[in-house]
Amino acid sequence: MTEPVNGGAGRPGGSGEAPAGSAPAGRRIGLSHGDGGLATRRLVEEVFLSRFRHPALHALGDSAVLDWEASRGGRLAFTTDAFVVEPAFFPGGDIGRLAVCGTVNDLAVAGASPWLISAAFVLEEGLPVSELESIADSMASAAEEAGVSLVAGDTKVVQHGRGDGCYITTGGVGVIPPGLELGPHLIRPGDLILINGGLGEHGLAVLSRRPGLAFDTPVKSDCAPLNGLIRALLQASRVRFMRDPTRGGVATVLLEAAAASGLPLLLEEEALPVSPAVRAGVEVLGLDPLYLANEGKVVAVVPASEADAALSALRGHPLGREACVIGRVLEAGEAPDGISRGARGRTGGVLLLRTALGPVRRLSAFSGEPLPRIC
Amino acid sequence: MELDAGGTPWLSRFKDPGLARRLIARLGRELSRPVRVMEVCGTHTWSISRSGIRGALPEGLELRSGPGCPVCVTDQTDLDRMIALAGRPGLVVASFGDMVRVPGSAMSLEEARALGADVRVVYSPLDAVALAGSTGSQVVFLGVGFETTAPVAALAVEEAARRSLKNFSLFSRHKLLPPALRALISDSRTRVEGFILPGHVSTVLGRRGFDFLASELGVPAVITGFDPVDILLGLKELVGMVCRGEARVVNAYGRVVREDGNPRARAAMDRVFQPADELWRGLGPIPQSGLRLKPEFSPFDAEARFPLPDPAPRPLPRGCSCGEVLKGILAPADCPLFGRACTPERPVGPCMVSSEGACAAYYHYGWVPAREGGEGR
Ligand code: SF4
Repeated sequence: MTEPVNGGAGRPGGSGEAPAGSAPAGRRIGLSHGDGGLATRRLVEEVFLSRFRHPALHALGDSAVLDWEASRGGRLAFTTDAFVVEPAFFPGGDIGRLAVCGTVNDLAVAGASPWLISAAFVLEEGLPVSELESIADSMASAAEEAGVSLVAGDTKVVQHGRGDGCYITTGGVGVIPPGLELGPHLIRPGDLILINGGLGEHGLAVLSRRPGLAFDTPVKSDCAPLNGLIRALLQASRVRFMRDPTRGGVATVLLEAAAASGLPLLLEEEALPVSPAVRAGVEVLGLDPLYLANEGKVVAVVPASEADAALSALRGHPLGREACVIGRVLEAGEAPDGISRGARGRTGGVLLLRTALGPVRRLSAFSGEPLPRIC
Repeated sequence: MELDAGGTPWLSRFKDPGLARRLIARLGRELSRPVRVMEVCGTHTWSISRSGIRGALPEGLELRSGPGCPVCVTDQTDLDRMIALAGRPGLVVASFGDMVRVPGSAMSLEEARALGADVRVVYSPLDAVALAGSTGSQVVFLGVGFETTAPVAALAVEEAARRSLKNFSLFSRHKLLPPALRALISDSRTRVEGFILPGHVSTVLGRRGFDFLASELGVPAVITGFDPVDILLGLKELVGMVCRGEARVVNAYGRVVREDGNPRARAAMDRVFQPADELWRGLGPIPQSGLRLKPEFSPFDAEARFPLPDPAPRPLPRGCSCGEVLKGILAPADCPLFGRACTPERPVGPCMVSSEGACAAYYHYGWVPAREGGEGR
């Protein structure tokens, strides 16, 4: 069931750093907010309709009905994502900003211009309404930054103890311009691997606020909509493949690219951009920034001849100032100098890392959440 | 915990790749014959694998991983006891994250949780006390770890006593490293000629706490930190001693480890715990190598409060070589299951689970045997 809730270019909202809203202090979500009756309607109006203005949303129909001109002959990209971040508010963002940026970025790395998004909320009974408003504010401002319209939504309420405050599930539609093709199958030996900035900021920022693990770090989540940056990149350079290295980090995304392309990818440890603050944090926790989540980063594979153009396009955008080359694509079966005996002969679709000391080792998929060590 | 962005710059002296490369070259010159040494601690195992040191070692120098992974040395029967505790209705079991994925005889704590057990991951025993303070449920903390975590567990028990909490208890399988090193040396199959000692445990025990290795057993050892340059400086010192036939315990981590360690942490352990005979996975029973709560703290002893029948000892999974790996007799890749039946996704033994386990470190960081061509290392 679709019960339109949110819409387009809403008013700029809060940063999401601290819950703040217009509802009377202390009001909380109750089961009646989810029963589809008067209370639901009032919540939808207060929290969502006031922030999201798209007419398709305000029609409050069962479906958002839209004209089709926006496609202009291109292909459609369609994505869905669920957000269950703990904690819901973290340095640099909150679950609302994350939901919009995550959806927008999934579309953008597919080469699409993000167009429409939807959001369904599962709220836990007892959630302060002010927190929900704060989350909606962040969504509105992120949607405005990205230039997308929120046109459909839904809210449900679960009993206290049956949820974790607020879960958000989004859908997103974007348009891929005619002629643009991207994918790991296009990756060729000699291509270079680029990223637009430092690794692991979102992952570390969220961990730093986990109950029981709380520690002081200046690191903020990099959570940001990347469609503007990616538009600039696509205008400046041919791109073979792009992904946003969210959960599982850069290593996970490139492991998949290596496997899908059938070619070995070689990263240079000394070239990986990791801020001193992230470096300090991962060190204490025993984590690897290559596997930490990012929410404002794109990894792109471009032909070597286009790398300079791609880098200057990225660096010309506020979200790409620290863009750099982090590795390259090898010939099938190529064994770089210093490769461990164990990694030799299995360099088909593998991801390799040249350590700062020289030896090259193979990277593998981590299973489960990265866990800080015991001693 | 305060993380100072400027405090540990990546290119500090101890991480300088250029210096590390020069040290590797000098290490090769130090080596006058084949040498096998052991890094005792899992954090070293990871750092050595991750930094690339493992791939850069000179021919003839063998580094074996030791028993310094708390989760790995927890005996199967103790693990089964913990899982049985988690299965008790109404009981909340709080554990370090590493522990929850280790396969027990029938299931892991994680699988028990999926079946309805209340298993919470905490980062410190003090969090478990806080949890007990905020719920009505009985909270049991699963205490694993060496001289680094045991003092914190001791403080947690004292905190629970101070707050007169009736719903906090500790299941202690804390272990002491020095007796385990004695046991290792007396096992002729290990053939380890020197130790890289754990930097964290040494902050508590001090250099003096490991002096017996040289003075009683004639084995050289070096205490080092965890950055590549730290490890390589320590290795150079150790290999030099081995080749010269010298036995001393050298503190090469003086910026953190003191001669006398941390007497206050040891005092906290002494107030709360007493030594007991302990079963180690892989190493078997080692006298006076475990820590149990003193009688005056028995109200906080989970074993006294929730008596469990002794689980029948069950055979380890066929082919699992965790015992040999923990003793340094085998390298992870020598285990027939390594990378085949046993991977981090489907671990057979604990060494493949823990973030300090040797098998997991070798696997994650790619020091695995080649399937086609070339032998592994
Ligand atoms: S590979 Fe698996 S089964 Fe073999 S020793 Fe390591 S953990 Fe045990």
